[in-house]
Amino acid sequence: MERVRDRMKKNWPLWEVFVRSKNGLEHRHFGSLHAADAEMALENARDVYTRRNEGVSIWVVESKHITASNPEHNGELFDPAKDKVYRHPTFYDLPDDVKYM
Amino acid sequence: MSEDQIKNLESQFEARITRNEKIEPKDWMPEKYRQTHIRQMSQHAHSEIVGMLPEGNWITRAPSLRRKVALLAKVQDEAGHGLYLYSACETLGITRDEMYEQLHTGKAKYSSIFNYPSVTWADMGAIGWLVDGAAIINQVPLCNTSFGPYARAMVRVCKEESFHQRQGYEIMLKLCNGTPEQKAMAQDALSRWWWPALMMLGPTDAESVHTEQSMKWKLKRKSNDELRQQFIDQTVPQADILGISIPDPDLKWNEKTGHYDFGEIDWDEFWQVVKGHGPCNKERMAARVGAWKRGEWVRDAAMAYADKQKEQKDKQVV
Repeated sequence: MERVRDRMKKNWPLWEVFVRSKNGLEHRHFGSLHAADAEMALENARDVYTRRNEGVSIWVVESKHITASNPEHNGELFDPAKDKVYRHPTFYDLPDDVKYM
Repeated sequence: MSEDQIKNLESQFEARITRNEKIEPKDWMPEKYRQTHIRQMSQHAHSEIVGMLPEGNWITRAPSLRRKVALLAKVQDEAGHGLYLYSACETLGITRDEMYEQLHTGKAKYSSIFNYPSVTWADMGAIGWLVDGAAIINQVPLCNTSFGPYARAMVRVCKEESFHQRQGYEIMLKLCNGTPEQKAMAQDALSRWWWPALMMLGPTDAESVHTEQSMKWKLKRKSNDELRQQFIDQTVPQADILGISIPDPDLKWNEKTGHYDFGEIDWDEFWQVVKGHGPCNKERMAARVGAWKRGEWVRDAAMAYADKQKEQKDKQVV
């Protein structure tokens, strides 16, 4: 049992990989991988996710550091924005003669 | 949760899929959806990983540097595809170690085609042309499957896969335009890989137990028999260009249906190989399990090194 727990402890943690495909664009989530540390995660990310020039910059972050919203709470989180149509330009009635607006 | 509540959630879930909405890992999903996806995605990943073995066999013996770099790149892609799929599967709550365990103990299957031996260089051509060809036909529809992480992984896989098939066909083309011995080698490879490639598209529709549910969840868009017909129809003219013949005396163009008719597939052979009695089942598993075991000290050492580095960093901060 001790041996099993010992081995469990030694599993390489999971990392999330973000890649900027070219300057001017944001880093985008590409996927995840396992690595012993951040440096190895970067090297593995290069081999797994950018074999065909898909990127010019890579971020890696250990998956356990990401806090995600719960889809079950999507109602409370996102519904309030639905009835605020006045945040959109089309809410405002203007005559067609008004140009450049 | 009461049974009614679950029924209600299930019907909302099915409606989302019907509307072509994607399902993401943290969304509620029926347990059967989760289990079916874990099974299919992990087996898909295992197939990519085991699929490296028949080709790895020829890397050191590739006939030229051009062939060698291409084969290396292809095998490296397969490792990558396995990794995309494993991590997509992990989003459903199974760990990488559990998946490896299932592969190594034989609980999880992988594509039976990789239990056939690759005995000549021409097999590298036939594998790329036929095995990757059949795989592409299976995989393209999965780019639109309902589970987001699987669909995204498949988009990447399909983009990369088309070079695999072209490099295989190019090998065949070169052999077929070479000496009579080389052409005979290409013919021999086609003769050995043709029927196993047809079996890759899965059992006949009448025998396929998961089809109906998989169609609903968009894990499948066409039936096994439709995919097989598509594969045959597009591959026969490619064999004609090579000038070698498909080992099926019943194969002929059917003017009426607009498809090729073909002979009976030996399903007994298929089930034998699935059950572990193919020519290389034992060899493949021994290679895979052996590599995992021999690598254990490396994985442990990397982790110990990472822990030590972290400790030293923490000390410096204090």
